[in-house]
Amino acid sequence: MNLDPLLLSRIQFALTIMFHYIFPPLTIGLGVLMVIIEGLWLKTNNPIYESMARFWTKIFAVNFAMGVATGIVMEFEFGTNWSHYSKFVGDVFGSALAAEGIFAFFLESGFLSVLVFGWGKVSKPVHFFATLMVCLGSIFSSIWITIANSWQQTPAGYKLVQSAEGFMRAEIVDFWAMVFNPSTIPRLLHVWIGAFVLGAFFAMSVSAFYILKNRHVEFAERSFKISLVYAAIVSMLAGATGHLQACEVADNQPEKLAAMEAHFETGTGGTGLYLFGIPDPKNRTVNAGVQVPYLLSLLVHFDPNKPVTGLDKFAERDWPPVAIPFTAFHLMVGLGGYFVAVTILALFLWWRKKLFTTRWLLWAFVFSTIPAIAANELGWVTAEVGRQPWIVYHLLRTSEGLSKSVAASHVLASIIMFSAIYAMLFVLWIYVLHQKILHGPEPASVPPVAGSSQGLMDAATELNDPSGDSMTSAKQRKSSSTSGEEPA
Amino acid sequence: MDMHVVWFVLLGVLLAGYGVLDGFDLGVGILHFCAKNDEERRIFMHSIGPVWDGNEVWLVTFGGALFAAFPNAYAAAFSGFYLPFMALLCALIFRGISIEFRSKHEHKLWRGFFDLAFCLSSIWICLLFGVAVGDTILGLPVESHGDFVGTLQDVFRPYALLVGAFAVSVCAMHGSIYLYLKTEGALQNRMHSVMWTTFGIFLVLYMVTTLLTVITIPNSIANFQRFPWAWGIAFLNILAIANIPRCIFTLKPGQAFLSSAATIMGLTALFGVALFPNLLRSTIKESWSLTIYNAASSETTLWIMFWIAIMGIPFVIAYTCIVYWVFRGKVKREDILY
Repeated sequence: MNLDPLLLSRIQFALTIMFHYIFPPLTIGLGVLMVIIEGLWLKTNNPIYESMARFWTKIFAVNFAMGVATGIVMEFEFGTNWSHYSKFVGDVFGSALAAEGIFAFFLESGFLSVLVFGWGKVSKPVHFFATLMVCLGSIFSSIWITIANSWQQTPAGYKLVQSAEGFMRAEIVDFWAMVFNPSTIPRLLHVWIGAFVLGAFFAMSVSAFYILKNRHVEFAERSFKISLVYAAIVSMLAGATGHLQACEVADNQPEKLAAMEAHFETGTGGTGLYLFGIPDPKNRTVNAGVQVPYLLSLLVHFDPNKPVTGLDKFAERDWPPVAIPFTAFHLMVGLGGYFVAVTILALFLWWRKKLFTTRWLLWAFVFSTIPAIAANELGWVTAEVGRQPWIVYHLLRTSEGLSKSVAASHVLASIIMFSAIYAMLFVLWIYVLHQKILHGPEPASVPPVAGSSQGLMDAATELNDPSGDSMTSAKQRKSSSTSGEEPA
Repeated sequence: MDMHVVWFVLLGVLLAGYGVLDGFDLGVGILHFCAKNDEERRIFMHSIGPVWDGNEVWLVTFGGALFAAFPNAYAAAFSGFYLPFMALLCALIFRGISIEFRSKHEHKLWRGFFDLAFCLSSIWICLLFGVAVGDTILGLPVESHGDFVGTLQDVFRPYALLVGAFAVSVCAMHGSIYLYLKTEGALQNRMHSVMWTTFGIFLVLYMVTTLLTVITIPNSIANFQRFPWAWGIAFLNILAIANIPRCIFTLKPGQAFLSSAATIMGLTALFGVALFPNLLRSTIKESWSLTIYNAASSETTLWIMFWIAIMGIPFVIAYTCIVYWVFRGKVKREDILY
């Protein structure tokens, strides 16, 4: 069998980055939510907020651990599979990566331990501060990695230099031009908003589940309302920032926008927008497409009669694979519309005091974490596949970025390894989340015992197996039996 | 100031920081089998629970800094050692999730699986890092264009395996002292004898590795003539090692821990002296070696990164101190979350 190391390395990168990217937006989004909740706790002293903060911290910690475990893979993979790309971009990415490690990762991981293990060890304001720092840390790390990615999309502030060994590389000449390259700001805004959407929908999903099951109702209704306001705001902002980013793509990567819209012929008049369809790049048409005339020109140029650049202006060997960005982009936009519609409907029902009795809508919210994850992933698929065949736009082709010394069979072996480990991780993650959600938050009325998240005394009196087991395990047993549902 | 040398030293600092900090939590993992029952295993895991993740960030930052400062060396090493790096990733993932997930379910098989994964992945990680150090000292078949294809025989050479075993013993010793600091009562008494055992193994491997390095790899000591002050490091390193048994005997675990930390820093410094100015020495032709000059990023980048590091390091030290201060003292049973 003739294996292609390029294709295999691309598959592996797609697999590992897409799995990893479930977690960063979730932690960024939940981080903001936790800051809001702990801020409310600090302000009002209402114990229900403490119970909420403790519950979301546990969920956050599980997601964070998954993000760390899968994130370290990405850093290694640049070197293992894309060594020529690493040599090409190393000089430019250098400062961004150094900043990410120093400013973001240490901040996040340091204060996370105070957040998770610090209950009862540090005072309330210090705990709030730790939460704020973790949230900031996750946002900082998104800044630097997004800058690096944006530079790959719209390189700026560099010069090309021929090295002694005979390969070209990009060297930095203007740090701030690299940082604020044309696509950084719109991309970063959209990435953040995407993360906030996911965090809010995740929190609403868990809360809606409790309301439907009639458990922890006060906790759940409060969590749901806070998250709903948060979700409604960010869902609308997702549309606005998305528009900003699409305009940026039209300016800086016109063939990507043309691929996203399956726009083959530039033509002379205004360009229409396909609501859906099946692109056929070979015949340069869209099958079964429904098009709104002039809309794309209006969105991009604010002028219905000015044509948008089509793929015909570019050599076919420089085209992205049209079907993938087109489909991914349209699905993402569709999901974005769903987020706006469903949050506005929920706000309306809240106003009419029917929100928590409209069961079908609550069930829709229970499952809406999945479209929120999907929208984040699809956005990146659009951005990354739309950049093809370039790994660094107009400077380095993906095929040139590959490691020359890696055998295809080795890449195949590592794909199999990652698939197996990630399948297991995914099952574990779902299982542990499921356990934690079934367990639920601790009731707010129990005063916290130092260093413990539950009533330690109750647990200790229930300890009837003095040998071997710790108090905490007895406590867990107790709480899992009182929570009503035994774990499988 | 020669920024190439500065970044070589800074990478050494990151590596030493990683060795000192993650060294003890890897050591706790290696010694996980010494815990006799579930409660002891929970104490072991909880002793590193709040800090292991922050410790691993030193590795992540080391990797990022290597990519940034010396991209050619990063690219050559990571692509040349494809399979060992994948195996390392596998171990890092398993280790992280076994710490986080072990406590989430009570079934014997569940816990047993994660106990085993925690212990084996810790050993495997230390071994691979040691092997990497050994291979770097030995040199690698780097070709003219700065790439190499490392077969598994190139990676797992006898000398490299010896350094790997040595690395496992260093971490085990470091971890046993940490556990002695964090435990009480009967468990602490048991850790006292574990400290002696791990120190004994470490001492034997230290002497064998040092002798073999000095005798069989002349390249590794060539720099001692160039930099006579390096003898000072070697001497201080021996003093630090000698202080460990003294402190174990006089029951001063805090000092013993500082001495083993100093030992790790000293060993890292000696490794740097042996290597300088090479990052990957070519065994095919000396001039094909990847050095801190021909594998580096541009001066501009090295300077920008230097200022970022200067701004960031005070913060990193502050966070690290805060976390270790908040979680100081013995592991209390009622604190255990794992």
